[in-house]
Amino acid sequence: MNDFYIILTASLVASSCALLGCFLILRRMAMVGDAISHAVLPGIVLAFLFSGSRDSVTMLLGAGLIGVFTTFLIEFFHKKAKLQTDAAIGVTFTWLFAVGVVLISIFAGKVDLDQDCVLYGEIAYVPLDLIISPSGTNLGPKAIYVMGIVLVLIIVFIVAGYKELFLTTFDPAYASAIGISTSLWHYLLMSAVSVTTVSSFESVGAILVVALLIAPAATAYLLTDNFKWMLVLACAAGILASLSGYYLAVWLDGSIAGAIAALSGIIFALAMVFSPTHGLFFKKLRQVAH
Amino acid sequence: MNSLAEFFSFADPNIRYVVVGSVLLTASSAIVGTFTFLNKRSLIGDAIAHAVLPGICLGFIVAGTKNPLVLIIGAFITGWLSLIAVDFITRKTRIKEDTAIGLILSVFFGIGILMLTVIQKSGNASQSGLDHFLFGKAAALVGSDLYAFLIVAVILLVVVYILFKEFALMAFDKAYAKSIGYPVRTLELILTSLIVLAVVIGIQAVGVVLMAAILITPAAAARFWTDRIVVMVLLASAFGAFSGLAGAYISFVAPAMPTGPWIVIVISTIAFVSFFLAPKRGVLYRLVRQNNIRQTINNENVLKVMYQLGEENKNFFIPRHLDEIIRRRKYEKRALQSILRRLLHQGYVEQTGNLWSLTEEGKKKAQRVVKIHRLWELYLTTYMKIAPDHVHEDAETIEHLLTPELEAELEKQLGYAKLDPHQTKIPYQHE
Amino acid sequence: MAPDTNVPALEVHDLTVAFDRKPVLWNIDLVIPQGKIVGIIGPNGAGKSTLIKAVMGILPLSSGYTKLFDLPLNDVRGRISYVPQRESVDWDFPASVMDVVLMGRYSKLGLFKRPRKADRDAALDCLRKVGMEAFANRQISQLSGGQQQRTFLARALAQQADVYFMDEPFAGVDAATEKTIITLLRTMAQSGKTVIVVHHDLQSVTNYFDWVIMLNTRLIASGPTQETFTQDNLQETYGGKLTLLADVGDLIRRESFPQREKKL
Repeated sequence: MNDFYIILTASLVASSCALLGCFLILRRMAMVGDAISHAVLPGIVLAFLFSGSRDSVTMLLGAGLIGVFTTFLIEFFHKKAKLQTDAAIGVTFTWLFAVGVVLISIFAGKVDLDQDCVLYGEIAYVPLDLIISPSGTNLGPKAIYVMGIVLVLIIVFIVAGYKELFLTTFDPAYASAIGISTSLWHYLLMSAVSVTTVSSFESVGAILVVALLIAPAATAYLLTDNFKWMLVLACAAGILASLSGYYLAVWLDGSIAGAIAALSGIIFALAMVFSPTHGLFFKKLRQVAH
Repeated sequence: MNSLAEFFSFADPNIRYVVVGSVLLTASSAIVGTFTFLNKRSLIGDAIAHAVLPGICLGFIVAGTKNPLVLIIGAFITGWLSLIAVDFITRKTRIKEDTAIGLILSVFFGIGILMLTVIQKSGNASQSGLDHFLFGKAAALVGSDLYAFLIVAVILLVVVYILFKEFALMAFDKAYAKSIGYPVRTLELILTSLIVLAVVIGIQAVGVVLMAAILITPAAAARFWTDRIVVMVLLASAFGAFSGLAGAYISFVAPAMPTGPWIVIVISTIAFVSFFLAPKRGVLYRLVRQNNIRQTINNENVLKVMYQLGEENKNFFIPRHLDEIIRRRKYEKRALQSILRRLLHQGYVEQTGNLWSLTEEGKKKAQRVVKIHRLWELYLTTYMKIAPDHVHEDAETIEHLLTPELEAELEKQLGYAKLDPHQTKIPYQHE
Repeated sequence: MAPDTNVPALEVHDLTVAFDRKPVLWNIDLVIPQGKIVGIIGPNGAGKSTLIKAVMGILPLSSGYTKLFDLPLNDVRGRISYVPQRESVDWDFPASVMDVVLMGRYSKLGLFKRPRKADRDAALDCLRKVGMEAFANRQISQLSGGQQQRTFLARALAQQADVYFMDEPFAGVDAATEKTIITLLRTMAQSGKTVIVVHHDLQSVTNYFDWVIMLNTRLIASGPTQETFTQDNLQETYGGKLTLLADVGDLIRRESFPQREKKL
């Protein structure tokens, strides 16, 4: 049962990340996603301090705000201080991450987070944190409920705003010509990324979140030219990585998060070589045939 | 203050190791990082920093001990491999560069974490301390570490010193460097190897995640203070060294504090201060400058109104009441008074009771503004075919801005015209 | 809503647009009547694309205003359409021709509503007009340059607008596509639509356009092609820059000068 709980949690995280990742990579904002996933750390620590627990709505909101603040800060450094974008991203997220780590050491006694967990989470402990109903029935791990709700929210967001997200991603100039606010949808998307990052943070850590944001979406991008299929395939790639990653970690007795990240990379590599449409192998084959 | 004295006496060899080690690491990373920054490859540094982790683990698995040389070789291999992978993915598939960087960064790091956790559970006693690479261990540096650092730092400095001119040109204009026969590919290869080297030793101070900061943040800060690349490199290394020193001091005073993140917080603070306060480029400087310009505009506008009133009365020096000025151009009384007081202070107007009049200098200055205004209106109607009733607004801005050179050019191009498009006289100084 | 045909389709008043404070368009004033095919011509860097982007509110104005059908932009957004430069988007994007053309229906659909059958029919109809109905389900990454341009054109048609702004629709397309496009533009103009086209091929100007706007940072001329597209005006449009104007522009950027002083 524990196996199932862990794989289910990982799959829920992977699906949320993969859906948002498709928009991020098509908007060439993969590294902004990376930055947000690191920068929410101080938000998590502070929200933890104020609310005293790690599963409150305060935490989601607080850290979500920090994520939006990060994007705002990157744009501020780029536009107002005229710092080149790549440097603006690098300076901002390393600073916020450092602040987060220092906050953890300052409040070491009060915050139940440690440095390693920040990087690669502790998904193995998911089955330990159960919800027990008043009558004493075991309702399953809390993380599953949290991630399930986040996934539903993300799906609702994407379905409701599908047209606008699609258009502002493909052709922002045309979008603003017909009166759709590109910056509104930009910030909405970034908020969604922040919320997903924060809620997945403790189970999978900062790095795995990045891997799941980017790798499955990139894999799907090599497999299809249809955006809706890309969303579906990205989720599938993420779930496959979760499943295979879990068993690899069990077999090697290592970090589950690390193994899932590693496998998401291997799945990408397979798609890169063997994708029927864009794979290097079939491209080569077609070249030879000609 | 006791701790300060104790720290800076460097009597304790441990303090010496930590200080020398941190300063060496941060300063040499900052120098290499300056070129990364100028080549707009900041995030590549981040990717390499994450990608060396599996190499370090691999080195450990092969050697069975934490032999620094083997670890560095391992790190070097996977660091390079990550760059090749990013390059390959970007060239051979439809994946864009930023996606490729993020992908390689997280996947390599994931593999590293997997290997690290497997090693940790393998029961090999000498593995303890490998996880220092995650968050750095500047506070725990010992003598033997220092030799390794010293060698790498010397290599970095010597190579940068020898190839400074080449690196600088490549950062500025790669196409030109190629056209004059520089071996661009080789130079890039060397520079990238230097970045990998800097990362390999740098992560021991601040760890993989924060490595990007000690590479690029000093350079980003230095960029705001200078336009010269030599100064920039020196400044970046000074900022880096200072943050290394400060980090070492903080971890000395508060041993529970992690050194690496503090180094990053110090260098980030320096950077933020630079973004805001640096002369010419800083945000604050530009705000102040705009405010000064606004003041100049206000001053000159008031002088202009007084000049125009003078034109009507054929006498520029009649003392005027505030209301007379306000009738011509809308001002709040208080605001106008403070502008006039400023002008009084500068010697452009005189005050008698509650009446104000232009001085000779004030008239001269006002005349120039009025002249440029009318010349510009004429320029717009003659050269740009803009209707005479549409040129006033534009001239309102340009009249405060033109340099004496452009003013002379304007006069010449218009042949020292006598009348503006509204048939008003253009006043020249000599008349 | 039957538009009053006497109201000008576009009125630009004293328009100045700056990048990083440096003006790239100075004091543009012009009026375009309805039902014309209008060409905007001028050398590289003359501000041709900037002009149409500013009119549509994609770029901020430093001064001046624009009106369409004598109304401010936000009241008539539904009546204007835009065909961006082909290179401005990533054609590797996972979308089909139909997906792109349906975007033309988005402004009519409003928030949260999905395209219905009727929208698909309309989109297909527009594809037929540009000769692309057979490609409706083709992925956009597989289109040729001319087909990409036709797809963009179909998207604009699907908007059923009254004014169309097109940024270099003839750039890098095959002869057949060029012919299709110009025939289509003529049909549109005949039914009272106004089409404003950024164009760079001087050879075809007299053939294609009823009206020309000649631009080089400043407006050289705007009027019926017959009277306006003259040797003199061409000379002035392409005959070098006004160096003084360029110097003043640089000065404004260097000195961080406010574009227009605040009204007190």
